Formats: sequence, C-alpha cells, structure tokens
Amino acid sequence: MRKHLGFKIIIQQKMSGIIGKKVGMTSIFSADGRNVACTLIEAGPCVVTQVKNLETDGYNAVQLAYGERKEKNTPKPLIGHFKKAGTTPKQKVVEFRDFRVEFEGQVDLGKTLEAGQIFIEGDFVDAIGTSKGKGFQGVVKRHGFAGVGGQTHGQHNRQRHPGSIGACSWPSRVFKGMRMAGRTGGDRVKVINLKVLKIYPEKNLLLVSGSVPGPKNSFVILEK
Amino acid sequence: MSDLIKFVEAEFSEARKKFPSFKAGDTINVHVRITEGNKERVQQFQGTVIQRKNPNSNGETFTVRKISNGIGVERIFPILSPSIEKIELLREGKVRRARLFYLRGRQGKAAKIKEKIRHRK
Repeated sequence: MRKHLGFKIIIQQKMSGIIGKKVGMTSIFSADGRNVACTLIEAGPCVVTQVKNLETDGYNAVQLAYGERKEKNTPKPLIGHFKKAGTTPKQKVVEFRDFRVEFEGQVDLGKTLEAGQIFIEGDFVDAIGTSKGKGFQGVVKRHGFAGVGGQTHGQHNRQRHPGSIGACSWPSRVFKGMRMAGRTGGDRVKVINLKVLKIYPEKNLLLVSGSVPGPKNSFVILEK
Repeated sequence: MSDLIKFVEAEFSEARKKFPSFKAGDTINVHVRITEGNKERVQQFQGTVIQRKNPNSNGETFTVRKISNGIGVERIFPILSPSIEKIELLREGKVRRARLFYLRGRQGKAAKIKEKIRHRK
C-alpha cells in the first residue's frame, strides 16, 4: 500500500506477528566466539479470533488471542467472542493491522498460528512489552539527566537534582512537558531488530538476541 | 530456573562435558586458543581456581589466580567459551570455602593450599 504524504512517499510495510510470553534470559556463544545475551520467548500457539476487512471494518486486520483463561474469570461478552471463533477463553487479545498476504488461508477465523509458521531463523523481529515498574524515580534515572556536576564549589544536598526548570519573569510559569521526577517504568516499550537465533517449533519457543522489556512471564508481542 | 531455559541451555552446553570437574582450591592448567592476526596458537594458563560463578548455568565463569614474576594475575574464563581448548586438573586442594579471596592478601607459604588426600577405598 502506498500513501502520499506531502513530498514523501511512505511505503507501508505489511507485517505479521504473534503473541508470546517471556520465559527468561540466557547466553550462547555465536560462531565467531562472541558471547551473545539472548531471551527465550514462548510464542504461541495463538488463535485467530477475528478477521477484519475493508468492507465491514474500514481496515484490514487480524486479531489473535493467546494464553488460557478460566471461564469464570472471563467477562460474558468476551466468552461469546471466543465462542464465535470456536475456542476456549484466552488471556491476551491483540490486533495486528495488515497481516501479510502470504499467510492468506492460514489466518481464517478459529485457526491456530504457531511460531514456526511465522518466523524463520535469522529473521529480525520487534518485541513489544510492558517494562518493569520502577516506582517514583528522580530525573537522573527517569530521564537520564546528569545531575549537578560535583560536590565542591559550594554545592551540597543537590547531586541528583534537575537544576533550573525555566526562566524568571518571562514566562512566569513552567512549560508543559518539562521533564521531572515521577512514576517510571510500566510503559509500553518496543525493542526493534532482535535477531531470531533459534526456533523450537515443537515447544513453540523462540530464542532472540538481546533483551525484551518486562518481567518474566509477561506478555510479549512479536512483530516481523 | 525455568525448565524451558534448562532445555535450551542443555543444547548449548556440550563443551562442559569434556572438562574434568574442578572446584575452588584446585590447581588447573587452562589451554586457551589465541588469534594473533590470522595465526592461531594455544597459550597455557596455570594457577589456582579461586571461584566458580553462576555454577551449572551457561553463563558460568571461573577465576584462575597465579603468581607471575612476583605479581598476582587473575584471569576469568567463561566455561563454555569456544577458545578454551582443554582444562587439566593438576592438583586437588583442601579448602573450607567456595571463594578464596583471602589468597589475594597472602604471599609465599601463607598462600599455599593443602592438598586433598584421597583415601583408597
């Protein structure tokens, strides 16, 4: 699909993806002798719970669901939604816009998608997760401020403070969006270009290079 | 540790099997492959093991200490590093702790570790 925005032509890449769970991290030695940190992700099997198209919904998308959930803990409307797809209730439901055309036939309502169907070894994937909550943090940790330079020259009790947050009689206020201390972490974070080092299709496991946001056992959305 | 992590690590830990089991206090000789330009040769590093970190995981490392020309030298090796060619166990030591950092402050006879005596069964 091509979109014309001013003078720039942006080619919208169609994507595919899967929902998974972070298992934990380990490290392996690559062929050239480097020690590579990597994350193990249990990806899929996911069930297609809805297929959206241009005529009825205005856009193309595929909705996937992952993770078993007890029926007594599921809202009634959602139970009906899962029944339509012919599956049991699931924990996590994610929509993927413009699923790749090559998966046509595999992404019909109620069909199961597995990691081995979507990814191959050597692929570069993006991982989306919710980062670990850090609580109320100062500007040094939260925004990477350098703090006050030293402890001498009359400085004391302000090593990790933000310094000035604005001018004086003009503008007589603090600008909106000024970076300050506050709740840190717990945000949606996307890490791009993680290499798929290995796939274990029988266990639905993916070994990707680098780290993935979030604690162990948290949901991870993988996009390709 | 998760079972799934163990399952994956088992596949990459083949190299571990070819090494003898050794502990802190043992004297070992590590054969390390070193590339200089495009030539490769094997260097030996002989000394006392003073600790094994993260044992039984794939990130396990061990530290070897030796006295080289009167100066203490410590080297840390990842146990699964492909550059380790061979590990020889030369002498088993009798020690009471897993981390022998007290050796760093000692010299000469004070830094000696008693040999473990294995009785015949």
